[in-house]
Amino acid sequence: MAETWIDLLRLLDGALRLATPLILCAMAGLVSERSGVINIALEGKLLTGAFAAAAAVTLTGSVAVGLAAAVCAATMLSMVHGFACITHRGEQIISGVAINIVAAGLTVVAGNALFRQGGHTPPLAPDDRFPALTLPFAETLAAVPVLGPFWGELVSGHTLPVYLALASVPVIWWLVYRSRFGLRLRAAGELPEAVESAGVSVTVLRYRGLLIAGVLCGIAGAYLSTGHGGGFVREMSAGKGFLALAALIFGRWKPWPVLFACLLFGVLDAAAPRLHGLEVPLLGPVPVALVSVLPYGLTVILLAGFFGRAEAPGALGRPPGRTG
Amino acid sequence: MRQLIRRVVLGLVLAVLASPGMALEFKPAVVYDVGTKFDKSFNEGVWNGVKKFIDETGIAVTEFQITNEAQREQAMRRLVQRGATLVIAVGFSQADAIDAVAADHPDRQFAIIDVFWLDRPNLRQYAFKEHEGSYLVGVAAALASKTGTVGFIGGMDIPLIRKFQCGYVQGVHAARGDVTVLQAMIGTTPSAWNDPTRATELARSQFDRDADVIYHAAGASGTAVIQTAVEAGRLAIGVDSNQNGMAPGSVLTSMLKRVDVATYRTLVDAMNGRFTAGVNVLGLAEGGVDWALDEHNAPLVSEEMRTSIEKARDDIISGATLVHDYTTDSACPG
Repeated sequence: MAETWIDLLRLLDGALRLATPLILCAMAGLVSERSGVINIALEGKLLTGAFAAAAAVTLTGSVAVGLAAAVCAATMLSMVHGFACITHRGEQIISGVAINIVAAGLTVVAGNALFRQGGHTPPLAPDDRFPALTLPFAETLAAVPVLGPFWGELVSGHTLPVYLALASVPVIWWLVYRSRFGLRLRAAGELPEAVESAGVSVTVLRYRGLLIAGVLCGIAGAYLSTGHGGGFVREMSAGKGFLALAALIFGRWKPWPVLFACLLFGVLDAAAPRLHGLEVPLLGPVPVALVSVLPYGLTVILLAGFFGRAEAPGALGRPPGRTG
Repeated sequence: MRQLIRRVVLGLVLAVLASPGMALEFKPAVVYDVGTKFDKSFNEGVWNGVKKFIDETGIAVTEFQITNEAQREQAMRRLVQRGATLVIAVGFSQADAIDAVAADHPDRQFAIIDVFWLDRPNLRQYAFKEHEGSYLVGVAAALASKTGTVGFIGGMDIPLIRKFQCGYVQGVHAARGDVTVLQAMIGTTPSAWNDPTRATELARSQFDRDADVIYHAAGASGTAVIQTAVEAGRLAIGVDSNQNGMAPGSVLTSMLKRVDVATYRTLVDAMNGRFTAGVNVLGLAEGGVDWALDEHNAPLVSEEMRTSIEKARDDIISGATLVHDYTTDSACPG
């Protein structure tokens, strides 16, 4: 019993690690999409953040500098996105896709120029990565059954970005639903003309939405290359930005359901490696292909079956003053 | 942009080298596999062979790094068009491409690593007895394990990687019958060679299940396995290149696959006009595979381990021990 409990906790522990970049990216997407900007560029911003963090840490040896570099790089890319689709009222999806392509190419070219290792950064030593934080009471509670392992295995012992990701959810919820800025932000996404006629600039609101998105994507990127992983490799975001977008839609653009969707994807992803090589009675070992496809298969089924009508923000993808 | 620079550089090289009357001057080229040249493992082994050749002869070797599947054949054809007289392809997934290009250019020479089933008069093929080398590191893993559980993490789920896995399992069980081997593959597509996130999770899940030594055969993804071992305070076993120095104290040993030797030999043979086609299979006896012992892992290898591994090595070379090759019947005994 205790053994199963610990196994379950370790599974959830892995799920939390894998869900962290999804949560951060999904919250980034939530803020920008609630302001009316479709953020298909999450993937590119995440990748750029990951590269900037790994490169900065390799050059300076400080994770803090890495995190700052990641946030700056992702935010800059976010601003370019904003310049194209807010200031110049460009097509949001196309500019987003362009950002993704630029990020995929630029990270490799810059990586090659800096480190001459085929676009990789050199692998980072454990000291150059986010250390695992041990929360208070992890030691004292260790002996307590059920609760001890729960605190020690699952809650404690993660890196800083994991806690930042979890903290981002209530913060974003408060920001979007309880603050004056959030009210205007949502209005900019639903009916930008109303916001304009009230004398508030939709442009500024949407830029702010993208600014917050850039910061969150940067943290997610730093986590990917200097927290969970140890170094940058080509296209290491591996579709996480798009999966976050799926979680955003699955969670209907609301912070708590989005968090739930991210954690669900995390659990499916974490279960996959643990099912590898598992002997199932009568069937023999679980085939790798089946295990690998499980998260995606379930996602499709969940999205198709248990999910009603999408209630996207009314003016998503539409610049103000153009009703159609 | 890179493409442009490459073109300009190639153009310059061509202009310098193309002296009249020597239409087919020796011009070697290498096409690396997905996972990139600096994967600290398989491709980097080839690069080490290439580097040795360049350092010794001063002859330039054109290189191409594949970034997606569609580029393989195109890249080889372009290299041939630009005057490459010898094209070395790295990895089994280039087999179809090199077969087609070699058929169209009987006047050029080709070589491929990890392939043995093609038949062209101008194609040299190298295969390795990875099961023999993996057997040795399996013995090492079993003897180093304190928990009685060891792990294996493969890259892409293909017969070649199963061959590593199967040899390893045989070695573990030959040394200690009571050791459990946890086994996993990262994925089923070439992206598995470049997926540190999944490799990290797999390694953690095996360490969580009490494994204390993990052998990886996962190309660039394997770096993450070694990093996870460092973090967890456990041991990893490297593959292809000597990875002992990547994390001294955390890498028990490495299964060496001397792709550098194969590459270097091919380059030298072709340069001296002694290129031969056909299949070369390199095992322990031929020095094609081995285990690595150097100053980085010496403190981890006890005298007893060393004796046992050397004995296993001698038995395989003499034929007293026969390590089963997974690819012969797609099955692993036991």
